[in-house]
Amino acid sequence: MKNTFALLLASTSLLATAASAEMLALEKEELTFGFIKLTDMAPLAVAYELGYFEDEGLFVRLEAQANWKVLLDGVIDGQLDGAHMLAGQPLAATIGYGTKAHIITPFSMDLNGNAITVSNDIWDEMKPNVPTMDDGRPQHPISASALAPVVEGYKDRGEPFNMGMVFPVSTHNYEIRYWLAAGGLKPGYYSAQDISGQIDADVLLSVTPPPQMPATMEAGTISGYAVGEPWNQQAVFKGIGVPVITDYDMWKNNPEKVFGITAEFAEENPNTTLALTKALIRAAMWLDANDNANREEAVEMLSRSEYVGADADVIANSMTGFFEFEKGDVRPAPDFNVFFRYNATYPFYSDAIWYLTQMRRWGQIDETKPDEWYFETAADVYRPDIYLQAARLLVDEGMADEAAFPWDSDGFKSPTPAADIIDGISYDGRAPNAYIDSLPIGLKSGQTVVDSKVEG
Amino acid sequence: MTAIDTNTLDIEARRARRFARINKADAWFSVFGLSWMTPILKAAAGDNPRAQAGEIWRLLGVPLLAIAIFLTLWASLAPKVQTSLGAVPGPAQVWEQVGELHQDAIREGEREAAFYERQEARNAKHIASGNADRVRDRAYTGKPTYYDQIWTSIKTVLFGFLIASIVAIPLGIAAGLSVTANAALNPLIQIFKPVSPLAWLPIVTMIVSAVYSTNDGMFSKSFLISAITVTLCSLWPTLINTSLGVASIDKDLVSVSRVLKMNTYTKITKLVLPSALPLIFTGLRLSLGVGWMVLIAAEMLAQNPGLGKFVWDEFQNGSSQSLARIMVAVLTIGIIGFLLDRVMYALQSMFTFSNNR
Repeated sequence: MKNTFALLLASTSLLATAASAEMLALEKEELTFGFIKLTDMAPLAVAYELGYFEDEGLFVRLEAQANWKVLLDGVIDGQLDGAHMLAGQPLAATIGYGTKAHIITPFSMDLNGNAITVSNDIWDEMKPNVPTMDDGRPQHPISASALAPVVEGYKDRGEPFNMGMVFPVSTHNYEIRYWLAAGGLKPGYYSAQDISGQIDADVLLSVTPPPQMPATMEAGTISGYAVGEPWNQQAVFKGIGVPVITDYDMWKNNPEKVFGITAEFAEENPNTTLALTKALIRAAMWLDANDNANREEAVEMLSRSEYVGADADVIANSMTGFFEFEKGDVRPAPDFNVFFRYNATYPFYSDAIWYLTQMRRWGQIDETKPDEWYFETAADVYRPDIYLQAARLLVDEGMADEAAFPWDSDGFKSPTPAADIIDGISYDGRAPNAYIDSLPIGLKSGQTVVDSKVEG
Repeated sequence: MTAIDTNTLDIEARRARRFARINKADAWFSVFGLSWMTPILKAAAGDNPRAQAGEIWRLLGVPLLAIAIFLTLWASLAPKVQTSLGAVPGPAQVWEQVGELHQDAIREGEREAAFYERQEARNAKHIASGNADRVRDRAYTGKPTYYDQIWTSIKTVLFGFLIASIVAIPLGIAAGLSVTANAALNPLIQIFKPVSPLAWLPIVTMIVSAVYSTNDGMFSKSFLISAITVTLCSLWPTLINTSLGVASIDKDLVSVSRVLKMNTYTKITKLVLPSALPLIFTGLRLSLGVGWMVLIAAEMLAQNPGLGKFVWDEFQNGSSQSLARIMVAVLTIGIIGFLLDRVMYALQSMFTFSNNR
């Protein structure tokens, strides 16, 4: 690790001094990247379509993947050189939860971009519990406490209340769990023996690939889901469900997807890694440039069948700053998809640590770890060093503004204030264990799940 | 008088020759599913029109009418089913998507040309600035068009089918000739024959990934995975039919081979293969049919390039055109499956002499 780091620094500083406009000496030029059909894959599509990859001398193929598991396996066994990943995937793979492989991320792809949707039936039952505004529309953000009586009814009838999320270590899993727990509903624990994540659960969560969410809910297998766009707006357009909360309303500017590559790839191809990071940073800048001025064009790209492929007007909603809840209840959501501003692309250690705390909270990490462990794991996976080198090259080439990047950051965001989070519990990445203990529902320090029971 | 006679005779002879030719062509027409051509030609050649009209009606009229009824039912019933992606598309919408997909392929062709132009411009610049080592000649990286997907599927199925035939025919001959070999192979065949491609797929995927570890070999991994899955499922019909064909050779012929003291090789090439060919081909035809069905499923599940992936991608897209596009793919799959079968049938007609095929 340290060696690569030194090597990377040496090689880039050398290049940077030699000639700033000179192309990097690429170790590998033909690359295949995987993605899942979600609007937050946009930086990849944009970097391809606008020729940013070609500018760096990279010949990139973009391939849609069936689900997150296939995508991760593709990256691990080398069929894919890199991929649009859930933030939890590189972390989980590196600590060996699921398939073990050291995966790193030099680039965070976006902030926010998810929502939780429930079926029309559930919404009808939930709606009376939601306070209304003066104009009669429901008041946002909607807490899961409005859902609690509905779940209670299911329990009384002895029926399971099922909801979908996209992957066990997905942002969506942690978000829906966060939202349910903030409203007093228990989303269930994982244990070393039982990885269903349904131990002691009020709401049973299960995995469905994002593009199949609407169809699965329509079939009645799940009553609601947490997923990225356009699959929440799709439910509104199809008239099969109602989004109840966006993740922006749960936690303002929460970190989302990352771009994942294996540590081995980054080690063997340091210049290629820098080149692809440069291309992605440029794409992210373009997506957010001039107050989202380019979003219409991006929507057109994404609606092509080889990328997201959903109808353009469905994708356009959230991408251009609006979000439709109930049919006709369109509310402005300017920061629903953030690709570059607020340092969205910088891989913050504190973001990685939040995911690790949630893995611990729900038992995916089955024992208490010292704070140090969180810091080390985050530094193993999130690589702001590579990001900043790529950014430096862009600044030197005159393609980016020096002020756009947090050069002096130590990798930790300042603590998120309580007001920015739905349940008013502030988050400080420097004190992971204290944060875990401050959450009312979830495992605390020293607790483990043994035989379907929380002990300790 | 005599002049007229020769003339009529001449006409009669020409007529007879014409009919002989039509009857010969009939064999080929039926190979390509055009048997309705025969009565039309016969009527044109002056055969009893009434009798031929009946034939034409049966061979051409009825199928066309059936297709027309099918299309009308489809067109009238489809709009009545509302899915969350809109109404189920009728023939018109599906036809529209055929055009769309074609336009798409043309656009992609233009993008490809633009890609190569850019590459050339870059290369020219590098050469001009004395950086000849920076010159790159890379293949286009864009998405595959619908035609590319069809071609990939056909290549994959043929490759998998080829391997299956290379393995199955010798094994089948062995099992047909020797009771011992048959006893050895039979239980394995019985166990593996009913296994669904979807069960093989994960195993094949893991093994190919492990064994074929280079990423820049002759074949891509995904191609091999699909092709080998096809192989595993299409082995059996050929194997079973071959062994059956070989085992049911005329006993007299076998005696003759003994009398002539033929060695095994001559026996197989001169005697076994010719007489078993009809059944071997029946097996091959069945195998190719199975292979084609399996391939689409494998591509769908493993996300390997081809028509199956096209169907799955469109399902995932969930746009308002997706259903119509999937129907285009369904029809394409059906037509290609039909053509593959006809090609095998034509090959069979060319290679086998017996009249009891």
